[in-house]
Amino acid sequence: MYELLWLVPALPCAGFLILALFGDRLPRRAAPFIGAGSVGFSALVSFLIAYRFFTAPPEGEHFSQVLWTWMNVEGFTCQFSLYLDALSLVMCLVVTGVGFLIHVYSAEYMIDDESYAKFFAYMNLFVAAMLMLVLGENMVLLYLGWEGVGLCSFLLIGFWYKNPANGRAAMKAFLTTRIGDTFMAIGLFLLFVQLGTLDIQEMMQRASQQWAVGSGVAVAAALLILGGAVGKSGQLPLQVWLPDAMAGPTPVSALIHAATMVTAGVYLIARTHVIFELAPSAQFLVAVVGAATLLLAGFAALAQRDIKRVLAYSTISQIGYMFLAMGVGAYAAGIFHLVTHAFFKALLFMASGAVIVALHHEQDMFKMGGLRKKLPVVFWTFLIGSMSLASLPIISSGFYSKDLILWSAFASEKGSKALWFAGFAGAFVTGIYTFRMVIMTFFGEEKTHVHVKPGWVMCLPLVILAICSTFGGLMEIPSSIYHFPLFTHFMESALPAAPIPHEGLEHAELMLQVIAVIAVLCGLSIAVVAFGVKPQIARAVVATPFGAKMRDLLFAGWGFDWLYDKILIQPFLRTARFNKDDFVDLIWNGIAALSRGVHSLLSETETGHVRWYAATLSVGALLALAIVVLL
Amino acid sequence: MASVPMEHALVLAAVLFALGLAGLLVRRNIIFMLMCLEIMFNAAGLAFVAAGARWAQADGQVMFMMILTVAAAEVAVGLALLLGFYHHFKTLDADAAEGMRG
Amino acid sequence: MNAVFYMASAVAVLTTLLAITRREAVHALLYLIVSLLAVALVFFTLGAPLIAALEVIVYAGAIVILFIFVVMLLNLGNAARTQERVWLPKGAWRAPGALALLLGGLLLYVLKQESRWMPVDRVVDVKEVARALFGPYVLAVEIASVLLLAGLIGAYYLVWRGPIRRPGRRD
Repeated sequence: MYELLWLVPALPCAGFLILALFGDRLPRRAAPFIGAGSVGFSALVSFLIAYRFFTAPPEGEHFSQVLWTWMNVEGFTCQFSLYLDALSLVMCLVVTGVGFLIHVYSAEYMIDDESYAKFFAYMNLFVAAMLMLVLGENMVLLYLGWEGVGLCSFLLIGFWYKNPANGRAAMKAFLTTRIGDTFMAIGLFLLFVQLGTLDIQEMMQRASQQWAVGSGVAVAAALLILGGAVGKSGQLPLQVWLPDAMAGPTPVSALIHAATMVTAGVYLIARTHVIFELAPSAQFLVAVVGAATLLLAGFAALAQRDIKRVLAYSTISQIGYMFLAMGVGAYAAGIFHLVTHAFFKALLFMASGAVIVALHHEQDMFKMGGLRKKLPVVFWTFLIGSMSLASLPIISSGFYSKDLILWSAFASEKGSKALWFAGFAGAFVTGIYTFRMVIMTFFGEEKTHVHVKPGWVMCLPLVILAICSTFGGLMEIPSSIYHFPLFTHFMESALPAAPIPHEGLEHAELMLQVIAVIAVLCGLSIAVVAFGVKPQIARAVVATPFGAKMRDLLFAGWGFDWLYDKILIQPFLRTARFNKDDFVDLIWNGIAALSRGVHSLLSETETGHVRWYAATLSVGALLALAIVVLL
Repeated sequence: MASVPMEHALVLAAVLFALGLAGLLVRRNIIFMLMCLEIMFNAAGLAFVAAGARWAQADGQVMFMMILTVAAAEVAVGLALLLGFYHHFKTLDADAAEGMRG
Repeated sequence: MNAVFYMASAVAVLTTLLAITRREAVHALLYLIVSLLAVALVFFTLGAPLIAALEVIVYAGAIVILFIFVVMLLNLGNAARTQERVWLPKGAWRAPGALALLLGGLLLYVLKQESRWMPVDRVVDVKEVARALFGPYVLAVEIASVLLLAGLIGAYYLVWRGPIRRPGRRD
């Protein structure tokens, strides 16, 4: 069974090749079958492997498959090999499973698009690259997938390239993640030079043997990897690309936010957790970045008008939770949240996409409203997703994962009360912005007429994901309710358990859960009151000068774009303008101009008059003679 | 037999060479230019012979004969060119061929 | 013998000067012949009778006669004379004259360095030259013969107006 592992990335890749090479010649109806089918079969293989992994785990709880030798140069060998353990298995399931549902959804969503086949080709390549990222046994393959994901995000965000704004958004995403990629590349060079191998497991083993805890090399490597993860996952300070990435089609947003791309950073940190364990200061920074990001993004989501931008900021915020979990050493908790987040965020994006299509490509929430009765399936699934996002207790998967993170942040030896409080405040804000979105979209009076209703192809993935969002959290039930740590137990073969002391905290867990639940419910009620029952409250707050300023600041995502424009882009443009003619070129242009001048001077002497030649010849002879004689 | 300083013979050669050069530079008529070339060849040969005479060796004379050969070949080709030139341009003006510049 | 050398030298310089300044080609050639004969005399005084003879035979005889043939072949006449007047204004001599004077002066300056007397009484005769020519210089002689052959063929080709269209000919 495990020998079929290569099929998992190969199938979407084959789908991409078929669609890219023959997409224009194939009948239009074939494109979704190839596009979604390849990912579907890949998901099927993943599930079979997962079943096998549960029933008969491979030796050492991991399996590696060498496909061929990629390069072999003078003692350096790089295998094209796949590595499967609990972590990459979970990632595979998420990528292929959620990815498949998004592909199915796209089949209807993109039906009117002229580049139907091209869209599925890019999507397939996206999934293939992400699978390569999570299955690569060595850093080179991981980096291949990493860059492939970046490329596909560029292609898909700018998919509707005829609008220049979309092209700009794609460029922004590409360039911003490129900054992170550069950090990561340098980090990989450092690791390779220091440890002499690119195989990830080997690398981790050598790192723990050779480096002392807190040594400079370990901290440097961890910080460089963190730089890469921050760029890809849209964390502070490189989060600016993610809201603008909403320029792409909605299924692309779902794919980027739920299954691929942004989770890559979390995966990377989990994969290289040994290095972070060796660099406590860097790991603490991971937690701080996560905490700061989840708060900032959560507040920014409060003031957005565009439904997709709210979701984008909520993604940044939720990824912040995952980073927080990574930072306090609760890797399994972070991955658990990654899984549940993939369910409910894909669900929310696709449901919002259905709303957007129904309202004829209207994304402004202020122009929506009252859609509850018109789009019941979309409403109920969206509501389930929102509950999960806001982590309403018991009935939503988000509750279990977020609760685990909050508990780890509080109780872990690497956590602190401040980190817990940040997560707690984030949960409160999440409650507000989530239900603000729900109320503005589905309640109140109808402002825009419903254009088309989504068909069953779009509804089916919504329903499936809604079921997953509701019951997916039951993989892991906190001990305060009923001790059932299935997920963390499963992950223990790949990731160490969170360093939580066992004594003296039995009652704290339940208490914290109650406090968090109260905070979420408070947020929910505030949203219901301020945006649903008495909208004048929200209007009054915004009407005050401070409120207006605050709203503008939050609307602009805390002004990071403005800041980067001022401190990075403008100086760069000024320098570029100043050095438009590249002063280094002056030397070479000068040489060219000099030789051109000498050439024209010399060509002037070529008169065609024989006597003139004779005269110059004799002058030359005279000079040569004079030099010999007189000197 | 009396003797002459070698320098005097060489002075004669130098003067003849300079005259030939001046003529070459001044005259536009190709016949005259070829003639001046002959004068210069002759002057060069004279210098060889004088040098050979200084050490009473035959080498100078051998060299003169070589120069003579070159001068003969040159004048044959030069005059043939001259005829072709005149046939083409209907003039003996050397500057008429300025169109041949690269 | 000294007097002969200096007188011949003076004649050579004078006639050369006249030769290069004539307007009429035939006149110039006649002066040139006299100049070459004078140089032949100089050769004789320098103890090179063979070269003196060759000077008369090859230079004054063969080469200058070739010139005269060409001049006659072209049959230039009066038009050439007036043309020559236009081509040769008084001022034309200034710059080239100065240049030639400079070069000549420089050559003379070189000669000033040291004084050596030539034993003019020692005659290098034909036998000696022949030994040198067909001894160490035999290869040079062969090369000279090839050069003459090339000159012959070249001259023949240049004046040949056969059926072959030569490249670059416009008429």
